[in-house]
Amino acid sequence: MSDTRTDDRSKFGEGVNATVLGADEIILNMGPQHPSTHGVLRVKLKLDGERVVGSECIIGYLHRGVEKIAEHRSYQQFAPYVDRMDYVAAVSNGLGYCEAIEKLLGAEAPPRARVVRTILTELQRIASHLLWLGTHALDIGALTPVFYCFREREEILKIFEKYCGARLTTHAFRIGGLQYETYDGFEQDVKRFCEDFDKKVDEYETLLTENRIWVGRTKGVGILSAEDAIALAVTGPVLRASGIKWDIRKAAPYAAYDQYEFDIPTRQTGDTYDRYVVRMEEMRQSRRICLQAIENIPAGPIMARIGKVLKPPPGEVYHAIEAPKGELGYYVVSDGTTQPYRVRVRPPSFINLQAFDKMARGSLVADVVAIIGTIDIVLGEVDR
Amino acid sequence: MNHLIPPSILPYVLPVLYGVVIVAVLPLLAGYIVLLERKVMADMQARLGPMRVGPHGLLQPIADALKLLIKEDIIPVKADLFLFWCAPVLSVTMALLAYAAIPFGPAFQIADLNVGLLFILAISSLGIYGIVLGGWASNSHYSLLGALRSAAQLVSYETAAGLALVSALMLAGSLSMKDIVQAQYDQGVWFIFVVPVGFFIYLVGSIAETNRAPFDLPEAESELVAGYMTEYSGFRWALYFLGEYANMVVVASIATTLFLGGWLRPFARYQDHLFGTSVELLDILPTILFLGVAVYSFWLAPKQPVKIQKIVMALVGGLCLVLAVGMAGALFAPDAVRMGVHGAFWFLAKVFTYIYAFLWIRFTFPRYRFDQLMRLGWHFLIPLALVNVVVVGTTIVLQQNWDWRHPMLTAIVTTAIMLGVAAFLGREDKQHQAAVEAPEP
Repeated sequence: MSDTRTDDRSKFGEGVNATVLGADEIILNMGPQHPSTHGVLRVKLKLDGERVVGSECIIGYLHRGVEKIAEHRSYQQFAPYVDRMDYVAAVSNGLGYCEAIEKLLGAEAPPRARVVRTILTELQRIASHLLWLGTHALDIGALTPVFYCFREREEILKIFEKYCGARLTTHAFRIGGLQYETYDGFEQDVKRFCEDFDKKVDEYETLLTENRIWVGRTKGVGILSAEDAIALAVTGPVLRASGIKWDIRKAAPYAAYDQYEFDIPTRQTGDTYDRYVVRMEEMRQSRRICLQAIENIPAGPIMARIGKVLKPPPGEVYHAIEAPKGELGYYVVSDGTTQPYRVRVRPPSFINLQAFDKMARGSLVADVVAIIGTIDIVLGEVDR
Repeated sequence: MNHLIPPSILPYVLPVLYGVVIVAVLPLLAGYIVLLERKVMADMQARLGPMRVGPHGLLQPIADALKLLIKEDIIPVKADLFLFWCAPVLSVTMALLAYAAIPFGPAFQIADLNVGLLFILAISSLGIYGIVLGGWASNSHYSLLGALRSAAQLVSYETAAGLALVSALMLAGSLSMKDIVQAQYDQGVWFIFVVPVGFFIYLVGSIAETNRAPFDLPEAESELVAGYMTEYSGFRWALYFLGEYANMVVVASIATTLFLGGWLRPFARYQDHLFGTSVELLDILPTILFLGVAVYSFWLAPKQPVKIQKIVMALVGGLCLVLAVGMAGALFAPDAVRMGVHGAFWFLAKVFTYIYAFLWIRFTFPRYRFDQLMRLGWHFLIPLALVNVVVVGTTIVLQQNWDWRHPMLTAIVTTAIMLGVAAFLGREDKQHQAAVEAPEP
């Protein structure tokens, strides 16, 4: 048996071999039941004292076979299932799926629907980032921000609830547009939230951004260089924090993103602190998009004429959107029947999680929870 | 009463009585500190905290204790049974033993040892064995990591905290807890105003010593699940918890005694003889405080949703009323009683202020990482504490030889020197940090 201990740390995916341990090394199982693995992730760590010399992510504890279920449901029937993948950003999942099927059908949602979709999706991005911020801070030991974050997230969920009756797994969109008109006062609700929200982000930043302990715990932790990020196909804020200015909302605009002005925040080092700064700035940018969009929601129908029974022509399509956690792609193959032949999901959490070993090597046990938090995974999406 | 008890055991009666009182009351006190913590936490986090068990959650600690008592006691198969059993007991015994030398007032002290402070420090250092042995005996990786962290952390921070106490000791010139307080009365100033840097170092050191956030690494919840107590459950776990909160009261008592004037009320030497009586204006404060709480409780009582909660709230108001009457009555009692009752009030008030600072810090800051914690201790606090001792020693010599009798001036001079030293150490630390973070070639 070969010795897996090696100084060549540039190799990817080199797992933990439990049978070969150095004299001072132990194997520590973190999860699947652990306070800060964000669900049922299991991380197998090889430790030398408190230093991580190897790691392996073991996933699949939340596997529900979502992709297989799709093959036995009609296109509309499958839409609610996608909400259960990244359940803290259900609206974004729904948008990606609906747009993918629209692309397959050759149809397009009317302008009004697209603007409303943009607003709701950006609110969902804020909600998802808020959840990330709260739990990430909690992992690092700051007990208070999580409650402030949930307070604001609650406002967003209330808007969702008023719009479509559901708070978490919303199923807010339909293939071809929207099922519901916006409720009376929708604009005011969103506007009120957005106008207050900037001050709230300042509040979180007061607690964390320049806090010596926070900076000490995040700066230089879990560094991911731009080359490694690209090699690992990492997307979203994790990629942007490494210095790559890549955002699908700008690169291949969907919904109504081409109409609005917003910046793509990037940072250079690619450490945990940079990812924190990028996500904080993204929340402000999302707020900016919402404020622009709410000013001018076009009138008109909310549903395209696509018929009751969807039978897309045989063919295949890949459609990706910028979900809060990164590139969320749907690869859908149609065989001309009412049910998809195959739906393959490219979940951002799953791909980003692959960078874990790269980030965690050489760090301490305390950094491991910071790194799990900073990747911002949702196990529902990783395991599907 | 004297003729009922043989004179040979008479000196032991009162200390034994005090001991029984402490052992009986302390678990309850610890439970209510937990409630206080949860309420303070809730207040800082824009929520209500426990509200269900009793009015405003006032009976929650009792419910928690009951729950823990009847909970299943799980012992891991591969645990070292004897040590597993021993460790929490050790932890809580040492915490309780330290109370022997703490003066809760001029009258309420079990033993006024001439090396009181040394005794308390020695005993509370032993408490760490409870943590290390518990972590080892559990036979779990998380527990072991927690225990190792705890051993390193306590050793380094006890050094810093001990050195910080030396500065106050030099001012008092005694190790007896009573004499230290008396010295602050004689010099007319609490030592926090003379050696604020020493107090600051002790504050940080004591947080680390009691494993409280941001130094709660031995039980870092998000990393090590529960650290050394991961495998403990039920009442053994509660014992650890009791030990931790008892220790908090111990370190708060030390800080109160050495830096905050112990049982002395603010402006202890100021006397105004209100309306020509023997009553002081400031001595009325406790009575007013308890009266206020009593009135507030009575006002709240009818507003409670359930009948039993109304009764409990009214009882709380009644208790406060009794305390207020007691406080007022003590004013006219003989001096020894008056000092005892009011001294205990001020002592506990200061202890709880100190504990409030603990809680405030806990809910504001993220957790340190292990290497950062050690660097803070060895590169910053210990050098600072050493320089503090030298500077304070120098000023004391100056005072004695050149008749420099301005404690406040001493405070300003020492603090200025300390800030300079702190800035220097901080810069050193930053350079070190930069060197660590620099990307490897």
